[in-house]
Amino acid sequence: MEILVCVKRVPDTAENEFELNSAGNDLDRDDLVYSVNEWDNYAVEEAIQIVDKVGGSVTVITVGDDESEEVLRREMAMGANNGILLSDDAFEGSDGKGIATILKTEIEKGKYDLILSGAQADEGAGQVGGMVAAMLDYPYASLVNKIEVKEGKIIVGREIEGGNQEMNEMQLPCVLSIQTGINEPRYVGIRGIRKVASVDIPVKGPGDLGLDAAIVGKAGAKTRRVDYFVPDTGEGAEMLEGATGEIIEKLIEKLKAKGGL
Amino acid sequence: MTSIIGPASFKLFGIFPAAILSFIIPVVGIGIFAYIMARRIAPLVRSNPDNRFDHIGKRVQNLIFVWLGQMRQPRYMLAGVLHISIFAGFLILSIRSSSLVIIGLSDGFVLPGFGGFLGNIYNFIKDYAATIVLVACIIASIRRGIFKPKRYAVPEKYGKDHTSEAVFVLGIIATLMISESLFEASQLAYEFQHTGAEHFLAPLSLVWIFRAILSSVPQNFLQGLHIFTYFVHDLTFFFFLCFLPLGKHFHVITSIFNVFFMRVKKGKIKPVMYGVSDDKLDDLESFGVKKLEDFTWKHMLDFYSCADCGRCSDQCPANAVGRPLSPRFITIKARDLMFKNYPLSGEIYKSSLLVQDIYTEDEIWSCTTCGACEEECPLGIEYIDKIVDLRRGMVDEGMVPQSLQKPLKALEKRGNPYGKMEKKRADWAKDKEFKASWRIKDLARDKADVLYFVDSITSYDDNIQNIARRTSIILKKADIDFGILGKLEKDSGNEVLRFGEEMLYQDLKEQNTDAIKATGVKQIVTADPHAYNALKNDYDGLPPVKHISQVVARKIKSGELDLKPCRNPEKVYVYHDPCYLGRHNGVYEEPRQAMDAIEGLTRVELEKSRDRSFCCGGGGLMLFYEPEEDTRMGVLRVNMAAEAGATVIVTACPFCLVNIQDAIKVAGKEGQIEALDFTELIEQHLY
Repeated sequence: MEILVCVKRVPDTAENEFELNSAGNDLDRDDLVYSVNEWDNYAVEEAIQIVDKVGGSVTVITVGDDESEEVLRREMAMGANNGILLSDDAFEGSDGKGIATILKTEIEKGKYDLILSGAQADEGAGQVGGMVAAMLDYPYASLVNKIEVKEGKIIVGREIEGGNQEMNEMQLPCVLSIQTGINEPRYVGIRGIRKVASVDIPVKGPGDLGLDAAIVGKAGAKTRRVDYFVPDTGEGAEMLEGATGEIIEKLIEKLKAKGGL
Repeated sequence: MTSIIGPASFKLFGIFPAAILSFIIPVVGIGIFAYIMARRIAPLVRSNPDNRFDHIGKRVQNLIFVWLGQMRQPRYMLAGVLHISIFAGFLILSIRSSSLVIIGLSDGFVLPGFGGFLGNIYNFIKDYAATIVLVACIIASIRRGIFKPKRYAVPEKYGKDHTSEAVFVLGIIATLMISESLFEASQLAYEFQHTGAEHFLAPLSLVWIFRAILSSVPQNFLQGLHIFTYFVHDLTFFFFLCFLPLGKHFHVITSIFNVFFMRVKKGKIKPVMYGVSDDKLDDLESFGVKKLEDFTWKHMLDFYSCADCGRCSDQCPANAVGRPLSPRFITIKARDLMFKNYPLSGEIYKSSLLVQDIYTEDEIWSCTTCGACEEECPLGIEYIDKIVDLRRGMVDEGMVPQSLQKPLKALEKRGNPYGKMEKKRADWAKDKEFKASWRIKDLARDKADVLYFVDSITSYDDNIQNIARRTSIILKKADIDFGILGKLEKDSGNEVLRFGEEMLYQDLKEQNTDAIKATGVKQIVTADPHAYNALKNDYDGLPPVKHISQVVARKIKSGELDLKPCRNPEKVYVYHDPCYLGRHNGVYEEPRQAMDAIEGLTRVELEKSRDRSFCCGGGGLMLFYEPEEDTRMGVLRVNMAAEAGATVIVTACPFCLVNIQDAIKVAGKEGQIEALDFTELIEQHLY
């Protein structure tokens, strides 16, 4: 089975302390560390496990700047066979639809049975997977937490609000967005990354894709971020401050006072 | 006939020379033994290299104390004394047994030098030796067969009980002792009946008793008994020799080698591959131990040498709290696999991934590398290096639990397991109250004689940052000119190395080494035993490293630090030895000396202290690991302290402090017992 996994490089929520930039329309990005979006990591692990079982190959793809190559290498160190970096100045400032358009153009050039993405990204809107499916006219399932491969089709499990589980049979090719917890992604150490350090990763721009640069990037974006802020503390909400121990003590006191304990 | 006929001249059924048997038995016995040994050596030939021919002086010393002196045996008193009796008896009787083999071919053979006075003394000693060995065997059999001490039990998941093998071998040894004594006694009784000559014999020894019993037995019987017991002894001896390499009694043969080659440097982890330098690691195709043959020959020798005594697991804190790890079975399972894959005849089987085949992932991650097992093993069997090698293999295969992946990635990106910003590493020094009185030099800008290496937990953990401030105050008051690396400091990597992420450790080591060397300091001080261990033992080419307790003890001795009388004389203090300060680095006395320098401080000792200290739960990455366990190690430790009558547990390690503080809460002992870091105790008592 030929599987394509769309991944994204994001600031790591576990390893950063986020502050807004002076303009107030984005994070202060100096001093941030980046990694592959957590959901995407599960998608790649799932793809590798499927290929281990039924054969085929895994390709990881991302739309981003030069530095995005780092996350492709990490996923290749995990076991993905190929990487494709879609990168060009013209892609900068793309909205969700723009990203989906870029991805779709490259996906059409290959012959993939299964396309995976993360259910959402740390700083994303959870929209690209669905859009790619629509653009390709492929069936789509979101928030997938189980995949079983059958002949020519797959059984896909989805977690439903309230802890229920739904199972669907889907025809291939299709697009799935993967939920965390579907598997336990394997560890990638520095050694693994060094092993794939010299593997060639093709970089493609609008020319290589045969894509009209005007419909993507800032120019083609029909959605534009106008503000970015930490919401004001509302009525009834109270932030407890101090060392962890003090916060816990204060919380217990409050819960006791209100009869919660 | 005036004297009894020896086996060399005796004719069986009047015609068949017994000497032929005396010749065939040793030849066949030694032949089979040589064949078995050749098969047993086969896996060692295919194993990885190991450098065990260094530090010869220390190795000879180990041979004298650990092997010949059996120094570790009395740590378990009854079993130890029994073993020393049997071991010493074996050594003494080995001379007798060798000459007995030749007596079968030449009557009355005496080893050169054993004819006269020396021979008499030897006979006197060996008669008692045989007697003591027999008594020891009887007591040991009763102990193993009837009382069944708990530590020999084999949990169901690890296979069948080993008692029958143990008792069988005790039976063989007893047979050797009895037959040897009867062989001699029958001859002496015969001679006595004939000549009335009574040899002096060790009173109450086996031979003495047997001679008394046989003194009026018919001569025919004595002659038969003499020959019969000779061949019983001969056959049993060679059967035993060939039986040894088939089970846990292989240690009778391998122990001398195993002890000679045992670990001589504590606190240091073996390289990924002996003979491959750090900068060539990238060229290695595979890392660590994945299959049986990835172990080094010494580690395989360890598997062969295990006597199944269960002391390692009896001391193992992971085993005590019900984690799925028992060091004894790390060895036994590997030994059984060696026996299975390298059978005595036929084809050698290919081994598969050990973690899956005989071990589980949780089993290998459960070890805190506290070293209690290695400290105890009378045979010098190692565990830490094997666990680390197995983890290296697991890391290489991507088999790392999610709970450890996050801190490892944070270490890679930020140089600390919490994922905190590098620039906040020295924020502990910005505490308002502290900052008002003290200024800490940053060695990126300033110069100082001494580097204070803070390490991650003390730099970032709100609760533990106090250790950094108190250590600094102590150093200031001791007039030591010191500074810190600030944001240039990375995690020491003590646990990164021990959790098998070698390349990440190499990276951290390189960054720290460069940063430290650039400062030009002449000494390093730390309050974190894990950092102390890594910098002192695992890193190369750094200035000397001291733990804060060593600095304090020295400064008290020289009079440069003076301590006030105890602020809380009503409290009872107990010192908990951190594994990486005590067992791995032998720093036992300095923290105690410093505490005892506080006038009026009442200090008690834990039963498990010094080199038998009980791990609090492990440090570094172990804080992130989520083990399967029935209880916490810390809880057991707190209970031990309570039993010792202590109200304050003093420790000298930030991880111990975290673990013990948590454990006090879990054990429900808040208000009865408290945890205190060594630096806090000392700083409180400084003028």
